[in-house]
Amino acid sequence: MTDAVQDSNRHTISVLVDNESGVLARVIGLFSGRGYNIESLTVAEVDAHENLSRITIVTSGTRMIIEQIKNQLRRLVPVHKVHDLTIEGPHVSRELALIKVASSGEKRVEALRIADIFRARAIDSTNESFVFEVVGATEKVEAFITLMQPLGLVDVSRTGVVAIARGPKAL
Amino acid sequence: MVHHDTMTGAEILLKALVDQGVDVIFGYPGGAVLPIYDELAKQNRIRHILVRHEQAAVHAAEGYARSTGKVGCVLVTSGPGATNAVTGLADAQCDSVPLVCLTGQVPTHLIGNDAFQEADITGITRPCTKHNYLVKDTNNLARTVHEAFHVARSGRPGPVLIDLPKDVVQNRGLYQPPSKTKSKYNPQVKGDLRAIEQAVEMIAGAKRPIFYVGGGVINSGVAACQLLTQFVRMTGFPCTLTLMGLGAFPGSDPLFLGMLGMHGTVEANMAMHDCDVMINIGARFDDRVTGRLNAFSPKSKKIHIDIDPSSINKNVAVDLSIVGDCAHVIEDMIKVWKARQPKIDERALRAWWSKIEEWRGADSLRYPASDTIIKPQYAIQRLYDLTKSRNPYICTEVGQHQMWAAQHLRLDSPLHWLTSGGLGTMGYGLPAAMGVQTAHPDALVIDIAGESSIQMNIQEMATLVQHNLPVKIVILNNQYMGMVRQWQELIHGARYSESHMDHHPDFVKLAEAFGAVGLRAERPDQVDGVIQEMLAVNRPVIVEMRTDASENVFPMIMPGMAHNEMVLGQEDRSRDNPGSEQDGMVLV
Repeated sequence: MTDAVQDSNRHTISVLVDNESGVLARVIGLFSGRGYNIESLTVAEVDAHENLSRITIVTSGTRMIIEQIKNQLRRLVPVHKVHDLTIEGPHVSRELALIKVASSGEKRVEALRIADIFRARAIDSTNESFVFEVVGATEKVEAFITLMQPLGLVDVSRTGVVAIARGPKAL
Repeated sequence: MVHHDTMTGAEILLKALVDQGVDVIFGYPGGAVLPIYDELAKQNRIRHILVRHEQAAVHAAEGYARSTGKVGCVLVTSGPGATNAVTGLADAQCDSVPLVCLTGQVPTHLIGNDAFQEADITGITRPCTKHNYLVKDTNNLARTVHEAFHVARSGRPGPVLIDLPKDVVQNRGLYQPPSKTKSKYNPQVKGDLRAIEQAVEMIAGAKRPIFYVGGGVINSGVAACQLLTQFVRMTGFPCTLTLMGLGAFPGSDPLFLGMLGMHGTVEANMAMHDCDVMINIGARFDDRVTGRLNAFSPKSKKIHIDIDPSSINKNVAVDLSIVGDCAHVIEDMIKVWKARQPKIDERALRAWWSKIEEWRGADSLRYPASDTIIKPQYAIQRLYDLTKSRNPYICTEVGQHQMWAAQHLRLDSPLHWLTSGGLGTMGYGLPAAMGVQTAHPDALVIDIAGESSIQMNIQEMATLVQHNLPVKIVILNNQYMGMVRQWQELIHGARYSESHMDHHPDFVKLAEAFGAVGLRAERPDQVDGVIQEMLAVNRPVIVEMRTDASENVFPMIMPGMAHNEMVLGQEDRSRDNPGSEQDGMVLV
């Protein structure tokens, strides 16, 4: 583990679980019951044949806490694999946000211009509003939202982070 | 048309239980489980112990499990039946007791409708069970039961709950034997050999070593306790045990330093504080053991052996960890030790032992004798002296009497000590003793109790009488919730807020009202007599001993203090507890 990683206290943890009722409640209950942070959490089925879902959790804490979180997750019976993408080598992470902006005139033009810079797509439009779809790292999504604020931002919906390790190997 | 291979859910359930080796169920019937009780009445392979409250059913199953090493089994109805069982499940979760608790549930089509006696018990018990299941299809029932027993007993043991909707036990389905049931849950039992070799090296090089052993060794089995004893004796190192570990190493062995922690002996706590190598086997650095964390054993290298990876580096960062089952790991350690024949530093070890003997000389469990009033410690010592030849099973409730029992009994064998350590559940002892006596009908089973704790499950006296379970209950009656009173005296300015009960039942008459035997001792010279009388009766007995109300449990590490800052007795009260740390953390 490098020093840089030791200092960073935000971790992206990928958890492979049985896709059964209650499994998400177990994971969330573990975090709330033990006082761990959840910055973002996403879940969806990833293997219908094996009946597996993947939960991606972004959390933060000291090294001991992060180790605890991973070990506590591994203790859950329907949890198969727990990987800390932050320390297990390079990974890519993305999130998607839908952002509604309602404005007119120069503000409306400016919103379109910035959307273009961020490669955000307009997926809905009326005479007085747009819904933009922006994909990227959390920082990019946040920067886009900040820029939309003075331009008539009215609503935001985000998926939370999904992440996967780089390279040919599976989890 | 009924397919000839199919069975009802209730039939499947009982067949699965028999195939899992269940010979007794502790339970209480109700609407949602009537089909199961109907089936239960048609067979004689499984005995049913009818309790008087569902919490007691779970504690009884704990008693059964902890005195046999097998999985305990509970059957209760939906709604209040299930919620009453929650305290017992939380207790079993804290103390790693393998249980399977079957709860009735309203029929599947009514789930979520706020039906009569409906409770979301899988939701309620998610944080206080090792795992739980809601069975929605009769065809999955057998598989679920087999997996539940596997999960309960594998790895770090714990309670598993199976919620059974009424239609699932009434419908027909196919049975599946345990041999055809594969589980994906398979925790690691063998320790990493390289880490074990490293541990042996650290142990062999120690100058001031100590074995710090917990309930994990007892959970690992009698063989693990024998291996532990063998290994400790091979090294000649001192050994201390946690509350849950008592019995894992013989209490009469000179290498045993007594229990450690908040009410541990001076020699155990001082040796923990001053050691240079700590070998933690199956213990979890609980706050009642460590005292103030930043002053916990500051000079030592720590080795931690545990089957549960989440126990490692949770409270205390260790230098070497080995994840695995204690029996396997100790066995490998002995092998490596024998192969290497390490030369231990005899001189350093002699110096260490002479230091320990100095601490031992303080005789920290001594108490002022009295010939007018029964000292609770005296009562426990006499009880032990007069019964130890019969190798009794000792259960306790929670509080002062529990700590005195832990201090003064020197149990030589595992599975004979049953107490609520992690959750600290008052009312545990009587039903636990009930479970022990069910598993060992001819054994001497004693519940050491306080007058407050015993009243939390006193209704189980009727169960004892009904099922001919001759449990002996010894109540140390000091008229107070003793441990609460002690903390109020030492920490809250002797303001005894609500810790005194002005009225208690007449325990002798109470015993008689239940159809049991009641005895009482009020003076020290009556103690032996009532114990002899109690032992002579082959029926449930309550013995009430009127004890000194002002007696406190010492030594004591006050909350927020370190192992070397023990308060030794009533006269040694200089270190008053601030109640919170400098950084504002409130202490418990």
